[in-house]
Amino acid sequence: MTETRAGAGENTISAVRGGVGDSPVRPDGTLKVTGEFAYSSDLWMDDMLWGVTLRSPHPRARIRGVDITEALQVPGVYAVLTHEDIPGAKSYGLERQDQPVLAIDQVRYQGEPVALVAADHPETARRARDRIKVDYEVREPVVDARRAALDPSCPKVHDSGNVVRHQPVRVGDADHAVADIVVTGEYEVGMQDQAFLGPESGLAVPAEDGGVDLFIATQWLHVDQEQIAPCLGLPPEKVRLTLAGVGGAFGAREDLSMQVHACLLALHTRRPVKIVYGREESFFGHVHRHPATMRYEHGATADGRLVYVKAEIILDGGAYCSTTPAVTGNAASLGAGPYEVPNVAIDAYGVYTNNPPCGAMRGFGAVQACFAYESQMDRVAETCGLDPVEVRIRNALSEGSAIATGQIVDMPAPLDDMLRRIRAVPPPPPVETGDVRNLPGGVSNTTHGEGVVRGVGYGIGIKNICYSEGFDDYSTARVRLEIVAGEPTALVHTAAAEVGQGLVTLQAQIVRTELGVENVTVAPADTAVGSSGSSSASRQSYMTGGAVRAACAAVRERVAALAAERFDRALTGVTLSGGKVVTPDGVVATLYELLGDEVIDETREFRHRPTTTLDPATGQGNSHTQFAFCVHRAVVDVDVDLGLVKVVELAAVQDVGKILNRVALEGQIHGGSAQGLGLAVMEEIQVADGVVRNPSFTDYLIPTILDMPPMRMEILEHPDPHAPYGLRGAGEPPTLSSTPAIVAAIRAASGKALGRIPVRPEHITDR
Amino acid sequence: MRVTFTVNGDERVVDDVWEGESLLYVLRERCGLPGSKNACEQGECGSCTVYLDGRPVCSCLVAAGQAEGRTVRTVEGLADADRLDPLQEAFVATGAVQCGFCTPGLIVQAHDLLDRTPGVPADAEIREALAGNLCRCTGYEKIIDAVRLAATRRTAP
Repeated sequence: MTETRAGAGENTISAVRGGVGDSPVRPDGTLKVTGEFAYSSDLWMDDMLWGVTLRSPHPRARIRGVDITEALQVPGVYAVLTHEDIPGAKSYGLERQDQPVLAIDQVRYQGEPVALVAADHPETARRARDRIKVDYEVREPVVDARRAALDPSCPKVHDSGNVVRHQPVRVGDADHAVADIVVTGEYEVGMQDQAFLGPESGLAVPAEDGGVDLFIATQWLHVDQEQIAPCLGLPPEKVRLTLAGVGGAFGAREDLSMQVHACLLALHTRRPVKIVYGREESFFGHVHRHPATMRYEHGATADGRLVYVKAEIILDGGAYCSTTPAVTGNAASLGAGPYEVPNVAIDAYGVYTNNPPCGAMRGFGAVQACFAYESQMDRVAETCGLDPVEVRIRNALSEGSAIATGQIVDMPAPLDDMLRRIRAVPPPPPVETGDVRNLPGGVSNTTHGEGVVRGVGYGIGIKNICYSEGFDDYSTARVRLEIVAGEPTALVHTAAAEVGQGLVTLQAQIVRTELGVENVTVAPADTAVGSSGSSSASRQSYMTGGAVRAACAAVRERVAALAAERFDRALTGVTLSGGKVVTPDGVVATLYELLGDEVIDETREFRHRPTTTLDPATGQGNSHTQFAFCVHRAVVDVDVDLGLVKVVELAAVQDVGKILNRVALEGQIHGGSAQGLGLAVMEEIQVADGVVRNPSFTDYLIPTILDMPPMRMEILEHPDPHAPYGLRGAGEPPTLSSTPAIVAAIRAASGKALGRIPVRPEHITDR
Repeated sequence: MRVTFTVNGDERVVDDVWEGESLLYVLRERCGLPGSKNACEQGECGSCTVYLDGRPVCSCLVAAGQAEGRTVRTVEGLADADRLDPLQEAFVATGAVQCGFCTPGLIVQAHDLLDRTPGVPADAEIREALAGNLCRCTGYEKIIDAVRLAATRRTAP
């Protein structure tokens, strides 16, 4: 029999089917393919009402008055609420409580919630909403993030000033370092939307104890609870959250959207209230990826070794804080990229404007910087007459290197190997030009191959895994082992949000491996158990995986103690395998014999090793837990006459420490790469004077199956000795590197500088 | 108004329908069939795809009244009592399901492709058939795997 071993950095071989390293099917898969899986928008109760939100049409205005009289007169309306009806705190927020539940005397972005309506039909609620009269005094919005950051005469969006965070990073003396070649560039990243498919929604049900039960799609139940309860004027235990089915997240469900609103309406009407955003409202209902403007200067030796980097990174946080401080910290600390650079001067600013609020999206501050530093690396290569992969190899971090914050990379960093592997991937064959579907423009039939030029480009990125900068990051898991119908059966219960990534599958895999039990049930996630932290920062395999493993170890110890007591002898090296208690000497007992009616139930918290803050003046500090890397090669065909791009192939090499579930992992790399492709050539929320111009899937384009090319990938396993099973978080790194790889390939084909993403046809044709 | 139509083999009479409601709304909120999803409300994402008289349509773009007297088949009506449709099995088996919100629409659309395509469709045909269905999680690679697998299983002797 194969043994189950689970030491960090060891190769785990599972004795059980469906354990760590296997790819068992998702436990929610069948429900999802039959349509029976209950997403937050599918919830329904007999007597429920529908809630809708009135939002500001202006990016900046004083509110002189709100008149709800006519709205209240609409038959079928049960409540119309404004900020005056909020019993508790009037504002909330993840890092600063600066976001009003409902606008009070002013609005700071287009789409800011102003009032709420509950009615017996959604159309009734919408019609009543349209009868609410708001008297606005419209003011000039602050929309230039660079001016907001650097010009003291710029009007203030908040009294505290426009700079949410300025984080410098200083190493050596970048101003006086001597370089043979210098390349400078200005880069711009447009506002990307997470565009999850399942819009914000949930059902709030008033409870007999005066509290409320909220069924909600979110990324972190407990941080929602922490923010909702004070606004309702309730203790947290009276605000109970259960995770409803989540239709994707990608960062957009970190901040609250309709949570407080639905609870307010439910408590006010004493009826269950459901709020479901449509797609247009969804564009206003969540934060987006920070748009960025960046100025980079790299100095290097003639043979392409970096001497210094100077950078100014300005991130537009929009009207409210959300996670802007942490995003700014990431852009600063990772702004030099996965390279050894002896002299660094980076200044990253996160600022307030009257643009849409921005916060978390997959890649979280590392994406923006990656586009800039990778674009710069190509220019260093070109200036030095080097191959773009070669210049990256010459500067790449390795284990033991320091990043720009002085933090030593004390885990494998096989960038050299990854870069050599990506370079060795054979090129895709030339396309069959007889089929227009293979060409830029596709069935629009814009070319039969004339004007089409192929380009190849590379990108590599560095992403922190787990929460950083001294955050007390932990996860809680409860595992119960008992005999059910004669079979040893385990239940795992956490508050961790399954958002599509497959965490429910993984939790069961870990229990199977650790307890040697095949029957594992994953309980619904809710606030009846301790916090698991957020399904963010590629952290749940590490953190909730670590917590489940720790709870299993505690269960195993209890079983061992029980066996020792039962058989009245000391037992060492106890493992559980195949439903049996095993020591190196052999089988001690079956779990069935040993447990009988006994239920073993253990809860454990898991923390990653502590991190530190960044020095506010020098940006030095061990701020990150783990680093993850992905490298991409993009092959594109560009119709240089029309500016149309077809991404022909993406290839990726990623190190994940340890593959826990290959199918789920490949899905993360595919999906992350696709979102990077979207940012490279398609996706942008277009904002003019603070007003969103394209809040729909007709006008905001995400990659379709025709846009996303076939992928080749190679997954490496260099275990991180600090992490459970040696794993490395994997969801975000591919989103960093696919974007610069694609843009580099378009540059190679078109000869254009392309400093802005998404690349539009007119950037290629100059028309 | 009253709408009478056949859904997944059963005749349904639905009363008190507001004329502005879509077929999708009636299915989800009045027939207890929330499997078809609402993700864009304008026929761009394909999450609400159902068969209407045997042809796949975006049910968000069909007014409830247009379904009068017609036959609708939703994702809930694809499986037999004791067995999933081969496409449903293949989506689960290949990892084509992540968050799953796009899945019902994709499965109905792919079901139509396989019904009118003998053998295993080429990748280009699969891509063309599914071009109206957005997925944000998977990058589509495993969805193509799933359709290929289901086609293979359907054509296996």
